[in-house]
Amino acid sequence: MSEKQEVFFRMRDIVKTYPLGDEETVILKGINLSIYRGEYISVLGPSGSGKSTLMNIIGCLDKATSGEYILHGSAIDDLDEKELAQIRSREVGFIFQNSQMLPKLDALKNVELPLIYAGVRPKERAHRAEEMLVKVGLKDRIHHTPNMLSGGQQQRVAIARALVTHPTLLLADEPTGALDQTTGQQIMDLFQELNDDGHTIIMITHDLKVAKHAKRVVNIIDGELTESSDAEEVTFA
Amino acid sequence: MKNLLNKISGAFTMFTESVSMSIANITQNRLRSFLTILGIMIGVTAVIALITTVSGVSTSISDSFTSMGAGTMTVAVTGNDMQAGLTTENLEKITELDDVTGVTPTVAATITVARNGEYESDISLSGKNDFYFTTTDAVSRGRTFNPIDIDTMARVCLIDQDMVDEFFYGVDPIGETIYLNSLNFTVVGIIADTGESITEMVSGTSDIYAPYTTVMKMNDATLVTSITVYVDSASNSDAVETEVGDYLDSLFSYEDDTYTITTMDSIQETMDSMLSMMSALLGGIASISLIVGGIGIMNMMLTSVTERTVEIGLKKAIGAEPAQIQIEFLIEAFLLSMIGGVIGVVLGIALSAILCNVMGTTFTISYSAIALGVGFSAAVGILFGWSPARKASNLNPIDALRRM
Repeated sequence: MSEKQEVFFRMRDIVKTYPLGDEETVILKGINLSIYRGEYISVLGPSGSGKSTLMNIIGCLDKATSGEYILHGSAIDDLDEKELAQIRSREVGFIFQNSQMLPKLDALKNVELPLIYAGVRPKERAHRAEEMLVKVGLKDRIHHTPNMLSGGQQQRVAIARALVTHPTLLLADEPTGALDQTTGQQIMDLFQELNDDGHTIIMITHDLKVAKHAKRVVNIIDGELTESSDAEEVTFA
Repeated sequence: MKNLLNKISGAFTMFTESVSMSIANITQNRLRSFLTILGIMIGVTAVIALITTVSGVSTSISDSFTSMGAGTMTVAVTGNDMQAGLTTENLEKITELDDVTGVTPTVAATITVARNGEYESDISLSGKNDFYFTTTDAVSRGRTFNPIDIDTMARVCLIDQDMVDEFFYGVDPIGETIYLNSLNFTVVGIIADTGESITEMVSGTSDIYAPYTTVMKMNDATLVTSITVYVDSASNSDAVETEVGDYLDSLFSYEDDTYTITTMDSIQETMDSMLSMMSALLGGIASISLIVGGIGIMNMMLTSVTERTVEIGLKKAIGAEPAQIQIEFLIEAFLLSMIGGVIGVVLGIALSAILCNVMGTTFTISYSAIALGVGFSAAVGILFGWSPARKASNLNPIDALRRM
C-alpha cells in the first residue's frame, strides 16, 4: 500500500530536560521515531519512563528542548503558543484517560467544542458532531449530559470529540485506564475500526495487554525508545 | 478576501459561543454570581441615585430662580461720607433706567408687636413699596400697599398667618389695629403662606410688612441701603448691571466700595457650582464602592480560573488559542459587571425618583448618569477581569491536565 509508505511524522534526537533545583533532569534522551500514515502504534512504558512527556511533545502541548519534530509538514520546534494551538486544532485528536467532558454541556456540545475554536459555523458544527457520535455508536445519547452517561459512553464521546476535526493523528493516553475489562475491550475494538478506516493512532499505555492491540509497539524505558517490529514479540518486565 | 471573511465569521461564532458559555457559568454558580454582581449593583445604584437626585435639586433651584424673575439683581449701597445710601429721588432715577421694570427698596427693623395686652418682641418687619407686590403673590387676603400709602408714610401693615393666630384669635384682622413698637397700625392684608420658597431662602422671611417709608421713619432713617432691581428680561441683566453701576459711580464720585451689585445669575452660578461640586464629591465616594465591586469580580474570576484549570487545559489541548481562552474569561467578567450595572441603573433611577418625590424636587432621568453607570461597570469588568483572564490564558495545558 503506497499510502502507508508516507512518513508524515518524524522525530529526530528529541531531548527534553526539566530544571530540578539547580540541576537539569533529562527526561527524554534522544528519541527517534517515524510513523507512516495509517499506522496504529503503542508507546509502552512504566510510569516515570518519560512516556507522558513524550505524549505532550507528540501532541504539541509541549516543545522539546532540542531535536527535530516534523508533523504533517510543520516543524513544531519553531512554533509559538498560538501556532501550536492551531496545529493541535488541525492535526491532533486527544483522547485522555478520563474523558474530560464539560459537565454542563450535552454530548453534542462537547463534541462540537473543538469546532468552536476552529471557527466552524453552528449548523455545520452540529452536523459534523452528530455524524461522529453516530460513528462511535451513541446515536441515541446525543443530548445526554455526562452524568447520564457511563464511563465507556463518556470515552466514546471523547473519541468522537477527537475525530470531529478530522485530525491526521489520534493521540490516546491510557484510553482504557479508567474502564472495566469489557468496556475497555469495546473501546479497543472501536480503535481497531478507526484504524481500519485509515486513521493514524498513537496510544500511550503502561499495560502490555492494551499495547498489544496496536500493530506496532515501541517501548520507552528511562527516556529511551526501543522498537519491536512485531507486537507479538514484545516482552516487558 | 474569502479567507478574511472566514476568519471574521469564525471569530463571531467563537464570540457568541463564549457569551453563551459565560451565561451558563454565571447561572451555574447562582449564589456566588449574585453576590459578585451585588457589589457592582450597589455601586452603580449609588452613583445614579446621587447624580440624578442632585441634578433634580439643581433643576428645581434654577426653576425657582427663573420664576422669581431671571435677571433680577440686588444692590447693597454703603455710599460715601456725603451720602450713605439712596434717596427716594435716586430710586426714581434707577427706575427710569432702560430695561428696568421696577425697584423695590428693602428696609428692615426688629420690633415688638402688641395688641389687647398680648405682646411679642423680636418680630421682623420689612419695609417694601407698592411695586414689590406686583412681583409676587404674597398676599392671600386683603389689599397690598398703594402709592399713597408710600407717599404718606401710612401706618398700614400686612401680617402673616402666625401673627393672625397669635393676636387675632377668632377675629377678622383686616381693618383691626395692632401696635408695632407702640405705634398703631391698621392691618390691611394677610401674607400668603408660600412655604419654603427660594425667595425666602435668599431674602429671608418677614413676619410683618409695612410701607418702606413708614419703616424708615420708625428707624429714623432717610436713606435706603438695599434695593432689588427688576429687569424686563434676563438677557438685559448685564446691560442693566452696567447702567446701575454707572449711575451709582457718578452718584458717589467714583469712590471705591460704595456699593455691591449681586445678580440672580451670579447667585445661581454659585449655587450651580456648589451643587456640581457636591455631585462630583458624592459620585466619587459612590464610585469607591464600584471599585470594591470590581475587586469582588476579580476575586470570583480568580477562583473560577483555579476551579476550571482542567477545563482550561482540555480546551487548550483540543485547539483553543490562549487569546480565545482569555476572551472567554473576559466576557464572563464583563457580563457579570454589566448585569450588575444594568440592574444598578434601574434601581438607581427608581431610588432617585422616590428621593425626588420625597424632597419635592424635579425628577429627570439623566442620560449622562446612565451612560456613566453602564460605562463604568463595563470598564470595571474589563479592568478587573483582565488579570484573571490573562492567568487562564497563560495556564500550561500540561500542568492543567495533570490534575485530571
